[in-house]
Amino acid sequence: MTPLELWTYSIVGLTFAIYIGIAIWARAGSTSEFYVAGGGVHPVANGMATAADWMSAASFISMAGMLAFGGYGGSVFLMGWTGGYVLLALLLAPYLRKFGKFTVPEFIGDRYYANSARVVAVICLILASVTYVIGQMTGIGVAFGRFLGISYEMGILAGMGIVAVYAILGGMKGITYTQIAQYVVLIFAYTIPAIFISLNLTGNPIPQLGLGSTYIGDDSGVSLLAKLDQVVSDLGFKEYTTQVMGSTLNMFVYTLSLMIGTAGLPHVIIRFFTVPKVADARYSAGWALVFIAILYTTAPAVGAMARLNLMDTIQIGPVGEETGNLVYDERPDWFKRWETTGLLKFEDKNGDGRIQYYDDKNAEFAAKAESFGWKGNEMVTVNNDIMVLANPEIAQLPNWVIALVVAGGLAAALSTAAGLLLAISSAISHDLLKGVFMPQITEKNELMAGRLSMIGAIILAGYLGMNPPGFAAGTVAIAFGLAASSIFPALMLGIFAKRMNKQGAIAGMVAGITVTLLYVFQHKGILFIPGTDFLLPDMGMGANWFFGITPEAFGAIGAVANFLVAALVAALTAPPPEHIQHLVEDVRIPRGAGAATGH
Amino acid sequence: MTPDKRADYWRANLRYLTVLLIVWFIVSYGFGILLVEPLNAIHLGGYPLGFWFAQQGSIYVFVALIFVYAALMNRLDKEFDVGEE
Repeated sequence: MTPLELWTYSIVGLTFAIYIGIAIWARAGSTSEFYVAGGGVHPVANGMATAADWMSAASFISMAGMLAFGGYGGSVFLMGWTGGYVLLALLLAPYLRKFGKFTVPEFIGDRYYANSARVVAVICLILASVTYVIGQMTGIGVAFGRFLGISYEMGILAGMGIVAVYAILGGMKGITYTQIAQYVVLIFAYTIPAIFISLNLTGNPIPQLGLGSTYIGDDSGVSLLAKLDQVVSDLGFKEYTTQVMGSTLNMFVYTLSLMIGTAGLPHVIIRFFTVPKVADARYSAGWALVFIAILYTTAPAVGAMARLNLMDTIQIGPVGEETGNLVYDERPDWFKRWETTGLLKFEDKNGDGRIQYYDDKNAEFAAKAESFGWKGNEMVTVNNDIMVLANPEIAQLPNWVIALVVAGGLAAALSTAAGLLLAISSAISHDLLKGVFMPQITEKNELMAGRLSMIGAIILAGYLGMNPPGFAAGTVAIAFGLAASSIFPALMLGIFAKRMNKQGAIAGMVAGITVTLLYVFQHKGILFIPGTDFLLPDMGMGANWFFGITPEAFGAIGAVANFLVAALVAALTAPPPEHIQHLVEDVRIPRGAGAATGH
Repeated sequence: MTPDKRADYWRANLRYLTVLLIVWFIVSYGFGILLVEPLNAIHLGGYPLGFWFAQQGSIYVFVALIFVYAALMNRLDKEFDVGEE
């Protein structure tokens, strides 16, 4: 066993032991403990658990890479995935906490006085959560496979096993306390390498300030961002700080979709049912965002600095001179290690034994490159995800830091997977079973049903992780698109529009999902089956035909469709019954919020 | 609680929401996206200002907005005597 493997096994093993210890201590004895941790979680503790619940393998592993290669364009993820908490805190969380039930579909079913509305909400929830959980499972498999020397499938089995222990035993209660531990692990794992790298490149240990400081790698005295802009544009890439994603309109709509999608994700919303009071729900959302912001404001520094390090590793001298490019045989060890995973790939196109990494799609620069004897970009694959995982190796940090990053990535994936699995299993045992099919079920049997559906959900997630369907890459689009276009508008209208009735809400949800899915399917195939995409260029429907908006960004358009259809249908049909209007008035006022119940 | 007082409480809440959401919109969609180019002419240390709002500033403001709202609503709950015991 190499020293790195020894470190990795020790640190990952230690964190897993902690999670199991918590699971045994925090067993659930009632449905209230299983669904909402008994409703007694301190707002700061819930904020921390929410942060871990929310920050997934995508936030931890992929986001810095998306920033590194997307530059300013990557800002949509930063603003979109944090700005949603403002909507959640101001428009949803306090009122849903006041309503005081266990699940999100339960609110929709009661508010719209129809089991059909509840079932539509359950379907949206399960679709969004299952697609989302696949990403966590593949993240777990990759982390195990790369660093612990075991196979991808074994890695997923290990991940399933650990989640099973605390999610089945403890339900929301076990998940809450493990998520707190997982937050601590992941935030240290993320910030420690960032501090070292910021110190290396700028002399400032605080990454948020380092990104705005002077670069100390040479004596030019320019800022780090100016240096990065220079280095990438010298090789034909777009300037880092001004590179947009698609167009300004696309960035606007994409950010909006991520924000309302974030506010509408059920596994995040149910975390706010666990605090004792309405006032706690308001503060708790603020604390959640504080804990999230620590990672999200560090990520831009990690992305920019990793990009600069990567460019400097390959382009070691002036652009165009033969000695300016790294000799392939002299590449560093981390380069070799990542090549074996296929996430990093080199192809010596001009046969000079040196690495040329530049933008060969930039016609102007490609012409110049040809005069140097370059025959195309030779770094044919540089996967986004390696930026965080390889970052400590690129910066030559000690082995324990690398091991900590692995434990952090696993913590991020496990905590989010557990939250999603709880949302799925409570929708099945509480909304479908108790709510619709077996209203007479006893609490003891419902708790058993909750545990059984948890087992089923874990097996399904594991299976999908090992056999990821073709649409795994479109996961983000579909989960956020569904939440944004169905759940968020239904919840918001339920609170802010007293006149909204069941016809309006159901028609709105159906319209929102349909519009979003049609656009996504048009680009990516019906149900993501390859070859069934159906863009109609003759009718003016080329790629991104709707004002240049990408399918990932389309949830906001679906939400607009939802709001419009709901308002129109509600105006043409009878207002909701008197007692529903009273219910709406009641959720608007904090007084009288008891602990969440299932009745 | 009388219907009139209920309505007053809700109107005050909506006023807070409107003001805070306008700020939410301005720092992200305004400064971070629509006005990013002109703002980038100004620098905050090594950061172009528009870029800073998009990748740092907007997030700090989001955090502040939630705590401001929670504090305002706590005060409002007391004023209207609708808070929890």
